[in-house]
Amino acid sequence: MFENVGEMVLLFWRTLLALPVAWRHRQKVLDQLFEIGNASLLMVCILSFFIGGVIALQTGPVLVERGLTSAVGGLVGISIAKELAPVMMSILIAGRIGSAMAAEIGSMRVYQEIDALRTMNINPIHYLVLPRMIAIAVAVPLLVVFSILAGWLGGSVVAATNSRVDISFQAFFLNLRDIVGLQEVANGVFKSFCFGLVVGIVSCHQGLITIGGPRGIGRSVTKAVVNSIVLIVILDYVLTRLLLK
Amino acid sequence: MMSAENSNSSTAVSVQVRGLRRSFNGQEVLKGLDFDVQPGEIFVIMGPSGSGKSVLLKHLIGLEAPDAGEILIDGESILSPEVMAKHRMALVFQSGALLNSLTVGENVGLYLAEHQLLPPKEIARVVAEKLEVVGLKGTEDKMPNELSGGMKKRVAIARALVIEPQLILYDEPTSELDPLSAVVIGEEILKLKARVRVTTIVVSHDRDLAFGVADRIAVINDGRIVSIGTPDEIQRLNDPLVQKFLHADFKRPN
Repeated sequence: MFENVGEMVLLFWRTLLALPVAWRHRQKVLDQLFEIGNASLLMVCILSFFIGGVIALQTGPVLVERGLTSAVGGLVGISIAKELAPVMMSILIAGRIGSAMAAEIGSMRVYQEIDALRTMNINPIHYLVLPRMIAIAVAVPLLVVFSILAGWLGGSVVAATNSRVDISFQAFFLNLRDIVGLQEVANGVFKSFCFGLVVGIVSCHQGLITIGGPRGIGRSVTKAVVNSIVLIVILDYVLTRLLLK
Repeated sequence: MMSAENSNSSTAVSVQVRGLRRSFNGQEVLKGLDFDVQPGEIFVIMGPSGSGKSVLLKHLIGLEAPDAGEILIDGESILSPEVMAKHRMALVFQSGALLNSLTVGENVGLYLAEHQLLPPKEIARVVAEKLEVVGLKGTEDKMPNELSGGMKKRVAIARALVIEPQLILYDEPTSELDPLSAVVIGEEILKLKARVRVTTIVVSHDRDLAFGVADRIAVINDGRIVSIGTPDEIQRLNDPLVQKFLHADFKRPN
């Protein structure tokens, strides 16, 4: 994985250099945005709702027993906003969207479609990588905003309905508002933006270096997902450390 | 390769290949090739499967870089960015290499659309015209996976025609085609040359096509040029390998 980091940085740099022509590819960006949003929004909301519920269920009774009822909303809120939503959703996107990107570009590489683009003087980075990178960089933070909201909702529902926690919606969100500020949410969204770029560049790179037939495409998809997840987790630590007040 | 912003030159280009060598995983596939293709000429490269023809073609359009030697287009290296920007070139892939996520019409008009050379209505007109040329009128909305191998190849030729290239390369243009379609493709190669005086390089082991369209033929075997000459010269050549290749026929065992 790490032997390709240099190539990935170079691909990212070339994609940045291609940004001035992004407007010409707006339709492809919109298509990709629709693809990512359409494929992921419902799944993101359902997953996040239950993750929020589980956090409330795991921490609620322990905190309530110790008289820390007022901390439940804040704990659920901050853990979802700063950590769980950006990391879990980026991993989900790596599995759902990163794999599709690697498979599609890998298949185009194996079946000479990328060579065909090059013979027509169409830059594959402009045509394939740029729209996907812009779309994923926009879509992942938006999905994470939905994820945070769904996670909070899930946590509040469990807190209100579980007899061992039993905290009203109003009390849950009042406490959440005390502890979770805009800064915390922004931190999570910023992290997800970085993770989205990681998923995009790793997946596009794996697609572009695919060799062999269907087996090669399968290998690229696996590598794209695994490498994305490993890099997300490492980058999560680095970003968390940097963003720590 | 060609550029949307390239020169308006419509003159055919010359191609010079000098000492071209290329190895893959330690195995030498091209073993020092030297030949010239004159502007406006139809040059056919023949040879058995695995002789290095398709690899040579990829080098000729700059998709691969040689280990040694060079390819000159009108005297300039194919690998220099100026050459890419200056000349319109096209390669018709053996498999067609159509973009499977695009319709036939979008594939054929891709060059014009991506380089924003014409408005959409005009692109649609050009696409319809080129599809009619290759006998696929009205197939604009079909997806590549709805087409037969031969139809895909003809769409790929239409895609190349849209570019109005100064140099066009065909990789096995008649493989997978029925004899009648093969004749149509051969005629189209000749018509294109007559219409826009394009330099044409065809890689094929279709003897009928080669002797039907070629101004000159190069026979390649095991990464080396065996002989170059006009179709008549190649026919008369007293080389056992060439004769065997040209006259190989299936014989029913007694």
